[in-house]
Amino acid sequence: MARATSLSEKARYSADAAGLGTPRAVAFVAPAMALIAVFLVFPALWVIYLGLTNYRLTGLAAAEPRFVGLDNFVKAVSDGGFWNSTWLTVQFVLGSAVIGQVVLGFTIAWLLRDRRGPLKRVVEGLVILAWILPGAVVSFLWIALLDRDSGSLNALLGIPGFAWLLDHPMLSIVVFNTWRGTAFSMMLYGAALGNVPPSHLESARLAGASGWQQLRDVVFPHIRGHILTNLLLISLWTFNDFTPFLLTAGGPDHRSEVLAVHVYNVALKGGELGFGAAVSTIILLINLVVAVFYLRLLRRRS
Amino acid sequence: MTRFVLGRIGFYTLIAVLLAFFTVPLLWLAAAPFTSNPTYEVSLPDFTVANFAAILEHPYALGSLYNSLLLAVGTAVLVVLLAALAAYALSRVRLPGRDALLYALLLLSSIITGTAAMVPLFQLAVELDLIDSQLGLILILTGGLLPAAVFMLKDFMDSTPKSYEESARVFGASPLQIVGHVVVPLVRPGLATIAVWSIANVWGNFLMPYLLLSDIEKQPGAVIMFTLYTEGGQANLPLLSTFGLLYSVPVVLMYLFVSKKYGFRFHGGIKR
Amino acid sequence: MAAIELRGLTKVYPGGVKALDSLDLMVPDGEFFALLGPSGCGKTTLLRTIAGLETATDGSVVIGERDVTGVQPGGRDVAMVFQDYALFPHMDVTDNIAYPLRIKKVAKATRAGRAREVGERLGLAHLMDRRPGQLSGGQQQRVALARVMATQAQAFLFDEPLSNLDARLRLEARTFLKKLQRELGVTTVFVTHDQAEALAMADRMAVMENGHIRQIGTPAEVFQRPANTFVAAFIGSTPMNLLEGVVRGERLEVAGCKLPVPASAEGRLSDGEQIVYGVRPEYMTYAAEPVEGAFGGRVAIVENLGAVHLVTLEVGGVLVQVVVPEGSEPAPGAEGFAVPRGDRALIYRDGNVV
Repeated sequence: MARATSLSEKARYSADAAGLGTPRAVAFVAPAMALIAVFLVFPALWVIYLGLTNYRLTGLAAAEPRFVGLDNFVKAVSDGGFWNSTWLTVQFVLGSAVIGQVVLGFTIAWLLRDRRGPLKRVVEGLVILAWILPGAVVSFLWIALLDRDSGSLNALLGIPGFAWLLDHPMLSIVVFNTWRGTAFSMMLYGAALGNVPPSHLESARLAGASGWQQLRDVVFPHIRGHILTNLLLISLWTFNDFTPFLLTAGGPDHRSEVLAVHVYNVALKGGELGFGAAVSTIILLINLVVAVFYLRLLRRRS
Repeated sequence: MTRFVLGRIGFYTLIAVLLAFFTVPLLWLAAAPFTSNPTYEVSLPDFTVANFAAILEHPYALGSLYNSLLLAVGTAVLVVLLAALAAYALSRVRLPGRDALLYALLLLSSIITGTAAMVPLFQLAVELDLIDSQLGLILILTGGLLPAAVFMLKDFMDSTPKSYEESARVFGASPLQIVGHVVVPLVRPGLATIAVWSIANVWGNFLMPYLLLSDIEKQPGAVIMFTLYTEGGQANLPLLSTFGLLYSVPVVLMYLFVSKKYGFRFHGGIKR
Repeated sequence: MAAIELRGLTKVYPGGVKALDSLDLMVPDGEFFALLGPSGCGKTTLLRTIAGLETATDGSVVIGERDVTGVQPGGRDVAMVFQDYALFPHMDVTDNIAYPLRIKKVAKATRAGRAREVGERLGLAHLMDRRPGQLSGGQQQRVALARVMATQAQAFLFDEPLSNLDARLRLEARTFLKKLQRELGVTTVFVTHDQAEALAMADRMAVMENGHIRQIGTPAEVFQRPANTFVAAFIGSTPMNLLEGVVRGERLEVAGCKLPVPASAEGRLSDGEQIVYGVRPEYMTYAAEPVEGAFGGRVAIVENLGAVHLVTLEVGGVLVQVVVPEGSEPAPGAEGFAVPRGDRALIYRDGNVV
């Protein structure tokens, strides 16, 4: 026998406040879903198909592409260029996201945690500016900064003639991406630190804990969850980031060719669309794994 | 006492280093446009505006800003319209499979990035002869932004009280009347936020227009900027500096406007 | 003007939760009717089902002789005031009041005039151009009332009309609402969880629990003769004394005291039966000297309720409460006796009144 229990207000009453009804609701949802299906989902599925063909931009294969099964994937996995790019991408993600943005973002958030005045606004403002300026502009600003003859960096360090982008391309793009992306982590940790109960920190301080000990014993336990989700999210973004192309175009000599740039060079400049699609599929799969992991973590936390 | 002083010194040193790190690369953008005959060096500007003439002289510079505006606003309009409709229906009506759909949307928006989709999009555009279509580009950009937009707007609509709609309903208003008279005015802040977010995302987007537009007259600011410093010959620094500045100003203004009006509510996704 | 009738009204939510269990109710034309009950009892669900915002799983809703069970909310000719008033924040007071007329496609000038008319009647004349955000709670409530009055609907539905007002305002608003309803003469059903509010305002009321109606009656009936122990415990600002007892021949043994059988239960009890004896603290008189047929014990607590005092007596291990007028309150620790009024004491068997 059914019994009446007190449900929460949300569950209790019909949510269809305007009386939209299912048919109209479907009509409301349809256009967005149609667009997403055609311009987002379909290409994602198409890339898997493409990866299984020998499609090229020009030549015979362009007119009559043949189904080649897993050939492209096999080729990708045994291709030196692919592994070079993968290794470079690992360095890129580890260096600029996992270490760079997280450490820098947290440091700034921690340093500014109790302040409210102009110093905080200026620092935060500059960090955010680095993030919101268009990619093409900041890329050129760093080209100017790193210019061997008259760039500001060499002027400051007193080493004119040092060619950063030519001799140390990976270092350049890692530092560049750290600079560019820190704002997100800074805001996130700023909010997370704000949620740490001040009474916990004060109890630790009264018990004689130093700043470092407070960090370790009070703060990190509280924000541990945020660190992990933050790491996953920015790793995902950095893994897919195409901006290094604007700075080095993958050069010189493939020495800064992260996977995103590699796909472009191989497929669109080189014309090997089938092969490029296989690499893209691999990228999609990696994205999928990270995203699922991230969402699962989020769900567990809420 | 000394520990305190050392601590203070350490703090300010660190802050100074960080400030330098974030400021130095930006200095060129502030100084060079107003320096006659700028080089890569950063020096005190002599406050000339002569460099800005370079923008007018270049055949595609000003036009590209217009293209950026076209793409950004076009995408924003489409995103807001479609996302609002979908978000409202998803918020108010218990459609079958709704939760699975929302999860899928969240997943999609994270997985299918420009990098992952560039090959199929390009190939499809070539096949279907859609290269060089600004409309096609807008549709693709909209498709990319829609999942997150729907998700964010639905969240916003969920927290809007239903009593306004129910009240209008009992007074005899039809569902469409309710949406127009009551819902739209109520969710205007949410719509504005999504519009600004869309514009900001499209304004700086380089890969998609670079990939899918071939006519240089249709290219937005991002691509023209890139072209300017990668085409052969001596880089036109007066043009690069002024164009870079001009191209950056709108997003900065938008950010300032949004944070003033709505208090920059973005905290890396954490509820404060 | 219309009567509201519910026949066998049932509402089951997906998941099997029965919010309304086969309810029968008749609200005559022009009556001010209260739906009273604790949170979760179904009163708001019932109101929303009458309005049409919830669809009935079974049964029917008849408004003014018309079966509206399958009719959309907008077509039932009812008007509803929500707990948060739902005044559209982007419209001024005039447009808010005129909104129902706008839906009915009344010309702009006509509906503005009518809105002004109704607004003046409720003392809102100087506020007609303001936005809801610029009004006080009491003013907002009056705008919401003006809006339903403008519809000239057959029936009004109010969902917790007073709970959004602060305590002082609430008492004034009670009187205001009752007077207004009397003047308009429109059938009105309102929902409240506050039993004092229901008793003060309603012509008749229904006390609900868990999707069932436990009693329907006038405030006097519900107060003086609650039909079951649930209603007995729920109604009344001071809780009714509900004490276990046993029938001993012609007398009752309750809390160790010998009491006469109340008039209402005469001849209906059998010897040795377990019963519950119910009497309100207000329906007993206090004596310091021993009296026949009373509760005798020691004064444990004396609470000051303003013009009266609530005395708690410890009687044979249980607590019995009696209301004592000003000036005659006993001291704690004193011996005291509470004499129940024969015509107001009630006997409950298995929860229901005898």
